[in-house]
Amino acid sequence: MISLVQRFWGRVSNDKRALFVGYVLLFVALAFLPFLLSLTVGRMWVRILDFALIYAMLALGLNIVVGFAGLLDLGYIAFYAVGAYTWALLASPQFGLHLPFWAVLPIGAAVAALFGLLLGAPTLRLRGDYLAIVTLGFGEIIRIFLNNLDHPVNVTNGPIGINKIDPISIGGADFTRAHEVFGITFSGVHIYYYVLLALLFLTVVVCVRLERSRIGRAWVAIREDELAAQAMGINTRNIKLLAFALGASFGGVAGGLFASLQGFVSPESFGLLESIMVLCMVVLGGMGHVYGVLLGALLLTTLPEILRSTASPIQRALFGDVYVDPEALRMLLFGLALILVMLVRPTGLWPSPKRKKTLDISVTKG
Amino acid sequence: MDIFAQQVLNGLVLGSVYALVALGYTMVYGILGLINFAHGEVVMIGAMVALAVVLFLTSVSPGLSPFLVIIFAGILAILVCMALAFFIERLAYRPLRNAPRLAPLITAIGISILLQNLAMIIWGRKYKTVPEIFPKETFELYGASITTVQIFIIAISAAIMAGLLVIVHFTKLGRAMRATSESQRVAGLMGINVNKIISVTFMIGAALAAIAGILVAANYSVAHYSMGFMLGLKAFTAAVLGGIGNLGGAVLGGLLLGLIESIGAGYIGDLTGGFLGSHYQDVFAFVVLIIVLVFRPTGIMGERVSERA
Repeated sequence: MISLVQRFWGRVSNDKRALFVGYVLLFVALAFLPFLLSLTVGRMWVRILDFALIYAMLALGLNIVVGFAGLLDLGYIAFYAVGAYTWALLASPQFGLHLPFWAVLPIGAAVAALFGLLLGAPTLRLRGDYLAIVTLGFGEIIRIFLNNLDHPVNVTNGPIGINKIDPISIGGADFTRAHEVFGITFSGVHIYYYVLLALLFLTVVVCVRLERSRIGRAWVAIREDELAAQAMGINTRNIKLLAFALGASFGGVAGGLFASLQGFVSPESFGLLESIMVLCMVVLGGMGHVYGVLLGALLLTTLPEILRSTASPIQRALFGDVYVDPEALRMLLFGLALILVMLVRPTGLWPSPKRKKTLDISVTKG
Repeated sequence: MDIFAQQVLNGLVLGSVYALVALGYTMVYGILGLINFAHGEVVMIGAMVALAVVLFLTSVSPGLSPFLVIIFAGILAILVCMALAFFIERLAYRPLRNAPRLAPLITAIGISILLQNLAMIIWGRKYKTVPEIFPKETFELYGASITTVQIFIIAISAAIMAGLLVIVHFTKLGRAMRATSESQRVAGLMGINVNKIISVTFMIGAALAAIAGILVAANYSVAHYSMGFMLGLKAFTAAVLGGIGNLGGAVLGGLLLGLIESIGAGYIGDLTGGFLGSHYQDVFAFVVLIIVLVFRPTGIMGERVSERA
């Protein structure tokens, strides 16, 4: 057995060996990150990390629509909402349904994909900013319905939201509770971290494979020039609808996970600002580049939290008292950061090398 | 009939404000092809600055004529907003003029977040009540009641829109603006200072936004640091509805959106047999927008864009 591994190891090139060692190190680092965080800065940060992973999934889904296919979607959070409410309705005391997670998650993805088609079908003819405003309207419509569908028939519980949503559980082991494995106690957020990490890994793999597939190349072709893509024999209608549906299903899965982790959903979490945030993650990270988008999502979810925990102490340290509303200060700095990053790196922090090339040529005023 | 007249009137008042703000969006879009997401915040800053000036003047010299107070507040608000727009364009949009299309969108969002929170730091989180400088009188008109403020809103927006159309269509500046929106490069070759024209466009839009902000604050008697966001969004929707980049379209879209919203809110309950209440006002507006765009993908008055430039 060992000799077999040695023989295989001997045959691969040095580059691949280095890459392999790198992956192993990354894997180990990611596995121990929550321990490190809860020991140094507190368990709250593991929870923040969980949300960062969910948002990363969401951003990767939007990246399919905006980054790959070039369809500007300002209402993407609607699919997140649909996924979250699907989970909330099928696994909570709201209707007394308690379906297991392996059933709810695919249903959520499917329902979100359906909504993606619902949005995509009437908007196929729209271009650029017209599409943006319609998607924005779509997102608002979904939110308003969630907010008001408590009468005449109570479906969503209105602005109060749905409570006591079932977490992911296997064989009666509830994942949001602490469990002891091999003498180590894992808190709920810690267990969720591994679940989310595994799912995010899967998402990344799917995205990378998609990008290189026939479909992914068709999306890029449509993004760069729809007419030429059509002339090359691409069925632009189906390919665009596929982008909407697939992007939406990613959002649906992320939404379901959000609902199960939080245990509570309300329309408040699905406003326009959230849509814009996800778009910022995609654009700031590097539109169309899977790893760039990951970076953008992780930065934009953790930065406000870092600012939140430092806004008051720093003021107190510098001026002896809290003069400026820390909440406002943190968002102000966040806005400033968005502007500065875009000014310094207009193509995003980590743009795709291929995309950069095409962008340089296609820059024209509309 | 009375309710209908009242809703139409409310719609016209709301629509006039939407139209004023929408003009700012559409002018910038026409020239730069950019959604100026921060425009709504300029409206808010205009309202807040005017309110601050009014409060200051009325507390310093209570005997001052209300007419002078409002003129002074208005002028200062317009100047502040114009300066603001000038710097926004200069710092956040101009460096990105040749960048990928979504980069300036993100800086616009950044500016919007920045201004909102700056306003929150300066003026606080609470809703601020706008004092009644002029006594509010109510008139009867075709069975609908209208206040002096509402009459003022409709009159002043109509005058401003007419003035803007005159500027754009009959002055040298307007011709330069139209040329720049056709092609910046060629306009530059014709001796037009393109950067200056773009700055001026932003500043005119900001002046309209400041006036709209004052009118809204006067109408609802309240101002708040977050008032610009939804208003800006609606105005942008109006601009798209009318055909973005088209001045007449922005006015038409604004009025139409105002009417749809207020009539829709008044009758949606009856139309759906009480199933949907007036909470669905915004749904109504967006559904109309989607339907219009499905049949006319470039808005009501928008030009049809050819596939290739």
